[in-house]
Amino acid sequence: MTPFPPEQLANFHRLAPEIILCVFGIVIMVADPFVQAAHKRALGWLAFIGTLAALFGVRILANDAPGTAYSGLIRADAFSVFVHVIVIGAAALAILGSFQYLDDENIQRGEYYALVLFATAGMGILAGANELVTAFIGLEMSSISTYVLAGFRRRALKSNEASLKYFVLGSFATAFFLYGIAMVYGATGTTRIDVISGKLAQMIVEHGQVASLAILGLALMFVGLGFKVVAAPFQVYAPDVYEGAPTPVTALLASGPKAATFALMLRIFYVSFGSAGNFWFWAIWISAVLTMLVGNFAALVQTNVKRMLAYSSIAHAGYILVAFAAGTDIGITAVLFYLAAYALMKIGAFLVIAHLGQQGEKRLEITDYAGLGTKQPVLAVCFSLFLLSLLGLPATGGFLGKLFAFQAALDSKIVWLVVIAAINSVIGAYYYLRVIVAMYFWEPSKDYVPTKVAPSLTFALAIAAAGTLYLGLLPARVLEMAKAAADSLYLR
Amino acid sequence: MSSHLLTVITFLPLLGVPALLLLRADDHTWIRRIALAISVAEFVISLFLLHGFDGVNAQYQFEEYYDWIARANIHYHLGVDGISLFLVLLTTFLTPLAILCSWQAIRENVKGFFIALLVIETAMIGVFVSLDLLLFFFFWELTLIPMYFLIGIWGHDRRIYAAVKFILYTMFGSILMLVAILWLYNLAGTFDVPDIQAKLQTGLVLLPSHTELLLFGAFFLAFAIKVPLFPLHTWLPDAHTEAPTAGSVILAGVMLKLGTYGMLRFCLPLFPDAAHRMAPYIGVLAIIGIVYGAMVATVQTDLKRLVAYTSVSHLGFVVLGIFAFSTISIQGAIFQMLSHGVSTGALFLGVGMLYDRRHTFEIKEFGGLVNPMPVLMSFFLFIALSSLALPPLNGFIGEFLILIGTFQTHHAWAAWAASGAVLSAIYLLWAYQRVGFGEVTVEKNRTLPDASGRERLILVTMAVAIIFMGVASPIFTRRMEVSTNNLLHQMERAQNVSRPATPEPAGKQSVISPGPRKNASLTKISLRHVQP
Repeated sequence: MTPFPPEQLANFHRLAPEIILCVFGIVIMVADPFVQAAHKRALGWLAFIGTLAALFGVRILANDAPGTAYSGLIRADAFSVFVHVIVIGAAALAILGSFQYLDDENIQRGEYYALVLFATAGMGILAGANELVTAFIGLEMSSISTYVLAGFRRRALKSNEASLKYFVLGSFATAFFLYGIAMVYGATGTTRIDVISGKLAQMIVEHGQVASLAILGLALMFVGLGFKVVAAPFQVYAPDVYEGAPTPVTALLASGPKAATFALMLRIFYVSFGSAGNFWFWAIWISAVLTMLVGNFAALVQTNVKRMLAYSSIAHAGYILVAFAAGTDIGITAVLFYLAAYALMKIGAFLVIAHLGQQGEKRLEITDYAGLGTKQPVLAVCFSLFLLSLLGLPATGGFLGKLFAFQAALDSKIVWLVVIAAINSVIGAYYYLRVIVAMYFWEPSKDYVPTKVAPSLTFALAIAAAGTLYLGLLPARVLEMAKAAADSLYLR
Repeated sequence: MSSHLLTVITFLPLLGVPALLLLRADDHTWIRRIALAISVAEFVISLFLLHGFDGVNAQYQFEEYYDWIARANIHYHLGVDGISLFLVLLTTFLTPLAILCSWQAIRENVKGFFIALLVIETAMIGVFVSLDLLLFFFFWELTLIPMYFLIGIWGHDRRIYAAVKFILYTMFGSILMLVAILWLYNLAGTFDVPDIQAKLQTGLVLLPSHTELLLFGAFFLAFAIKVPLFPLHTWLPDAHTEAPTAGSVILAGVMLKLGTYGMLRFCLPLFPDAAHRMAPYIGVLAIIGIVYGAMVATVQTDLKRLVAYTSVSHLGFVVLGIFAFSTISIQGAIFQMLSHGVSTGALFLGVGMLYDRRHTFEIKEFGGLVNPMPVLMSFFLFIALSSLALPPLNGFIGEFLILIGTFQTHHAWAAWAASGAVLSAIYLLWAYQRVGFGEVTVEKNRTLPDASGRERLILVTMAVAIIFMGVASPIFTRRMEVSTNNLLHQMERAQNVSRPATPEPAGKQSVISPGPRKNASLTKISLRHVQP
C-alpha cells in the first residue's frame, strides 16, 4: 500500500488553507535572515497576504462538495469553512494590528509572523479534524506556536511568565486530552469522530449503556478542551497569560484558538457522543455557570483593562457554553454566530488596548483611559462600540450572539441557566461601562500624549467595527451560513 | 410616502447624525441650527400621523411589515394605535424644546450632545411604534446609551454616580424581560405582538397560570423600574437631578412613559390573568408612590430634586389608572402620561432657566424672583399650576379621569390617591412661594435678566400646549377611546378563554368591542363633565 493512494491525493485541496498558511510561514522563516532589520515589516505584509490567500483556499473548500481528505482524517464541510473564516480572519486582523506594536516594542521579527501563520494552520486543522489524533496534532500546532508567541516580548518579565505558565499548564491540558483519546479508543476501538458515534450507538443497543471508559475519556477530553476555551474550572491560567502576552497576541489567543477549540468540542460532543444522549449536559451546565460567575466577578474588581478583558473572555466562554448546553442544531448555530461576533469584538478591543498601551505596555490601568473621548474621539468611539458589543447592547453583534444563545438554551427548556446568564450579563455591564465612564466622563490626564494610529491598525479596527455593526444590524446572511454549517455537521 | 411614514419618523433624527458629524466640531451655531431644524421637521412630519389617523379603527395603523432576520423570525413591524400615537407626538414635540433649551447651556462637546439627543429621539419613537417584541427590545435598550452619555458627560456634580446607577437599574430589569420575550417566543412561535395577542386571545396558545405570572413579572419588573414604581424609584431622583436640563426633559417627559406604555401594550393584553391577580398589590404600590413621592417632594431643599420626586407621585397616578382596568381610568392614564410629559418637561425647562442664571438648584438661594424676572416667573407659576392639576389645564384632565375611573372599581384607592392631588398643591405652591415671592434675599438675584427671546419661545410653546391639552382634551381622548376599549376587550376575551368553565358567548363579536357596557356609557358622561 502506497502512503498516498491516488484517490486520496485528489483530495489534497481540502487541506488548501492549511497548506497555504504553512507554505507562507516557511517562506517567511527562510526569507527572514535575508531581510534587513529595518524592512522586517515586509514579512508581516507577506504574512497578511498569506492569510488572504488562505481565505481564498477556504473559498475552494466552500465551493467544493463536502467530503473528507487523508483517508477521512480531515473533513471539509460548511462547518469547517465557517470556523476557518473566523480563525483566519482573526489571524489577519491580529497581524495587521501587530506591525506598529512590534516596531514600538523593538521586536519586529520574521518568526513572529511565521508563528502566527503556523498557529492559524493548527486552528484550521482543529476546525476540520475528523479524527481525534489529527485534532491533537492541530491542538499541539496551535498551542506550541502560541506558547512562543506569548513570550515574544522577551525582555518583559510578565511576558516570560505568561509563556512559561501557558506552556506548563497547556502541556498538562493537552496531555489530558490525549489521555481522553486513548480511553475513547479503548472503549470504541476507533478515533474517527464520525465512527465513534456509531460504535456508541451500537454499545447502547448491546449493553443498554455507554461504557464508562468512553465517558471518562470524554471527561478527560473536556478538561483539555475546556482549558483551551478557558471554561471554569480550567481557566486559572488565562488572566496571567492574556495579561502578559504581547497584546496583539492576546487578541489572537482570545479569538482564534477559542473558536477552533469550540468547533472541535462541537464535533466531539455533538457528533461523536451525540448518539449517546446528552449525558454530558450537567457537566456543561455547571461549567457554564462557574465560567460566567468567575469571569464576571473577577472582572469587576480589576483596575487593569487588559486583565479585565481577559476575565471578560472567560465570562464569554460561559455564554457560549450556555448555547452549547442546548444540544440542538439551534445551539450549534448560536455557538457559531457567537464565535464570529465574539472574535470581531474581542480582537477589536484588544487591538485598541495594544495601541493605547504605548511602548512597554505601560498604560493599561483604567486611569490611563481618562478623557480619551476628547483626546482621541474616533478611537474612543471604536473602543466603546467593542465594549458595548461585549456587554451585549442592541445594534451590535454581541447582542444578537447572546440573544441566539439564550434562545437556543430556552428552546431546550434550560430556563435557569438562561436566567443566570442574563443576570451575569448585567454584572458584566458594570465593568464594561466603567471603561466608558473613564473615557468620557473623567477629566483627561495632562501628561498623556496620544500617539498616531498606524494605517494598518486603523484598517484592522475599521473591519472589526464594521463587522460588529454588520452582525448586529444585518445578521441574516451570517446566520444562514451558521445554520448551514450546523446542518452540515450531521450530514454524512 | 404615507406607507413608510413611521419609518421616516423613526429614522429621520438618525439621519441628522451624519449631517452633524460632517460639521466642524467648533461650528456650534450650525450644529445647533441643524439639530433644531431636523427636530422641527420631525415634529411637522409627525403631525401627518395625527392627520391620517383613523380614530374609530381599533387596528394598528400605518403598519409596515418586513423581514429583518428571517432565520430567527424577527420582523421589522411598525404600527401605531390610539395609545402610542400621542406618545410619538409627545416625543417629537419635546425634542425640539430640549434642543432649544440647550442652546446656550451646553458649551462643551456640543456636537456629541446633539447627536445623543437625536439618537435618543429615534430610539424612543422606535419603542412606541415597534410591534415586534425584539424590535421593541432593540429600541428599548438603545435609549439607554445616549441617555447614559447625556447624564455622564453633560450632567452636574454627581453625574457619574447617577449615570451608572441609572443604566444598571434599567438594564437589570430589561435583561429579564429579554428572557421573558424569548420564552414567550418559544411558546407562541413568533415575536409579532398582534400575532401573539391573537394566539393568546383565541386560545391557540395557552399560558399555564404559573408561566403567565412569571412572564408578567419579568415584563412588569422592567417597566416598573422605568416608570418608576415605588420601591424601585431610587435611581430617578439622582438621574433627573444630575442630568442636564435637556436630559431631564427627555427623561421625565418621555422615557418614564416607556414604562407605562409597556404595561399598557404588553403586560395587560398579553397576561390579563396575571395582571388581574397582581393588580391589588400594584395598586397599593402605586398609591404609596403617589403619597410618598409627594411627601418627599415637599421636604426637598433642591428645586430640581423636588421636581424629580413629583414624577414619582404623578407616575403613580398613571400606574393606578392602568391597573384599575376601566376605560376611563386607562384613558386618564394615557392622558396623564402626555400631560405629565408636557408639565414636568416644562417644569424642568423652567428650573433649567433658573440654573442657567444662578448655577444652583438650592431653594434657599432664590426668593423674591418675581421682581427681577416677572415674565419667567409668571410662566413658571402657570406651569406649576398645570402640574398640580388646576382645571382647566392639562394636568386636571388626566388626574380626574384616573380618579373617577378608579373610583368605579376601588373606592378606597381613589380616596387615597386623591390625597396626592392635594399634596401636589402643597409642594408646588410652597416651593413657588419660596422661590418667587417675598423679599429678594440674595443680592445676586436682584440683577438677574428676565426671559430671553429664545426662552420666551420655549415658555409660550409650553403654555399653549398646556392650555390646548386642557380645553381640547376630546381631540386626544376621542382617538384613544377605541384603542382603550380594544385593550380591555382583549383582556376580557383572554380571560374567558383561559377559564374553560365559562363558554365563549356564541353571539357575533364585532372587531371593535363596546367593552363593558357600563364603563363605555360612563366614559361619555365623564367626558362631558370634563369638557369646559
